[in-house]
Amino acid sequence: MEKHAIIVVGGGPAGMAAAIAAYDRGVTDVVILDREPHLGGILMQCIHNGFGLHKLGQELTGPEYAAVYEKKVMERGIKVYYEATVTHVSPDKVVTAQSRQGILKFQADAVILAMGCRERSRGALNICGSRPAGVYSAGTAQKLMNCEGYMVGKKVVILGSGDIGLIMARRMSLEGAKVEAVCELMPYSGGLTRNIVQCLEDFGIPLYLSTTVAQIHGEKRLEGVTIAQVDERRQPIEETKRYIPCDTLLLSVGLIPENELTRACGIPMDPITNGALVDDICQTQIPGIFACGNVLQVHDLVDYVSEEAERAGIGAAELILNGAASGEAIPTKPGNGVRYVIPQNVRKTGNDVSLFLRVTQPFGKVKFTVTAGDQVLAVAKRLKAAPGEMEKITVKANMLENVTEPIVVALEEL
Amino acid sequence: MERNITCIICPRGCPMTVKEEAGKLVVTGFTCPKGEKYAIDECTNPVRTVTSTVRVSNRKDTMVSVKTAAPVPKGKMMDVMALLRKTAVEAPVSIGQVVLTDVFGTEVVITKAVD
Repeated sequence: MEKHAIIVVGGGPAGMAAAIAAYDRGVTDVVILDREPHLGGILMQCIHNGFGLHKLGQELTGPEYAAVYEKKVMERGIKVYYEATVTHVSPDKVVTAQSRQGILKFQADAVILAMGCRERSRGALNICGSRPAGVYSAGTAQKLMNCEGYMVGKKVVILGSGDIGLIMARRMSLEGAKVEAVCELMPYSGGLTRNIVQCLEDFGIPLYLSTTVAQIHGEKRLEGVTIAQVDERRQPIEETKRYIPCDTLLLSVGLIPENELTRACGIPMDPITNGALVDDICQTQIPGIFACGNVLQVHDLVDYVSEEAERAGIGAAELILNGAASGEAIPTKPGNGVRYVIPQNVRKTGNDVSLFLRVTQPFGKVKFTVTAGDQVLAVAKRLKAAPGEMEKITVKANMLENVTEPIVVALEEL
Repeated sequence: MERNITCIICPRGCPMTVKEEAGKLVVTGFTCPKGEKYAIDECTNPVRTVTSTVRVSNRKDTMVSVKTAAPVPKGKMMDVMALLRKTAVEAPVSIGQVVLTDVFGTEVVITKAVD
């Protein structure tokens, strides 16, 4: 069995950044396994710009952002197995993959899980009606259009105002399609504000909040959808039903971390994030197995994916070089107005610790308070907060020194 | 006249207000100078970067992504698209390679390498 210090599962933005960071920290025997014939993951179909503003200080398109990291991978001579689909990761860190060369088996000292996420599909929504062609997940349509040059439709309705749906509204408009409506079940958009402006307002596309697609019509090809406003229980209101003729329905209704390998490995999961429970270096509860990027929590910005992955890469390298860090783990918990907090465990290692979280609903001006018992560890104010925008709050190392009780992050509206 | 503008320079999305005071545009609500400039530009000369794809003529079913090297006037986005529809490139291409010159004061460049 081939042996490597670190095996990274997935060569998207998270996998590449983790591998590079581990290498630069001193563990050079790093291998990346990816199921595609190229690195970059989902970035390769995200041809719009806006990537890298935080992390690289420039505004890049998805493929350009990926190329920055791919170059670093190549410069370091990090070994990449392409078209190698990992089928199993065992708790003792044996990684099994299917490839053109047959079944590959590796023994690793540390494994970094960076499989990303996938889209929620029509089947998960229970939309009634027939099953015609022309119903796509937004990301599938994005790949067909941007990579293969296949125009998926001319008259479009989009369900879900997540970022991919918004980006596709603009993309299809630019390519000459008419986007009739974007419907959002919730009373607020799940996408970034800048995408609402650039993708909808610029093209005069209406966004209907508290609205869903109640029925799909058409035999062979989609002919139209019935949309309806929803009540507080998110059920369609009969009197508000309205028919929109269209040949294409795009679904942008949420992303699901792709954690089959994680679950099969027996790694404890967080039911809210649908990702693994991790500590401040992205280590799961199985020592030596790390998780980062969208497989850990669905991010809105790739810049934060890269940062998270770097922590995982450095963590894995340090574990190999120095052994497990001592120091007790303190659990974190979401408080008022906060849906989840990552990491779920913080060790006192003498370093500052960044907490990542999402709020439960849109808020105006808020104050986040990080407490442990009656001790206030950090305070952060924001002009606004929304579930679509991840928040980061850093707790200084010296504040953590005397903490014994769980760390709670809560917000109050100002 | 007052106009509310959401900044799109970065994902922070600052809510800004532009007012005309004594013949001058005054911006409030921004957190960085880029935002202030964006708000004024948005009222005087709004611009957008166009990202799209062009066909790779010597590869089957392959598109390569492109962008305008600098933003173009917002009203010219569809004109850029019309130019791109008539454009094809031959692989190999590399990032930054110029596909079209003199497109509303800028160029169209490749954003993805095709070997």
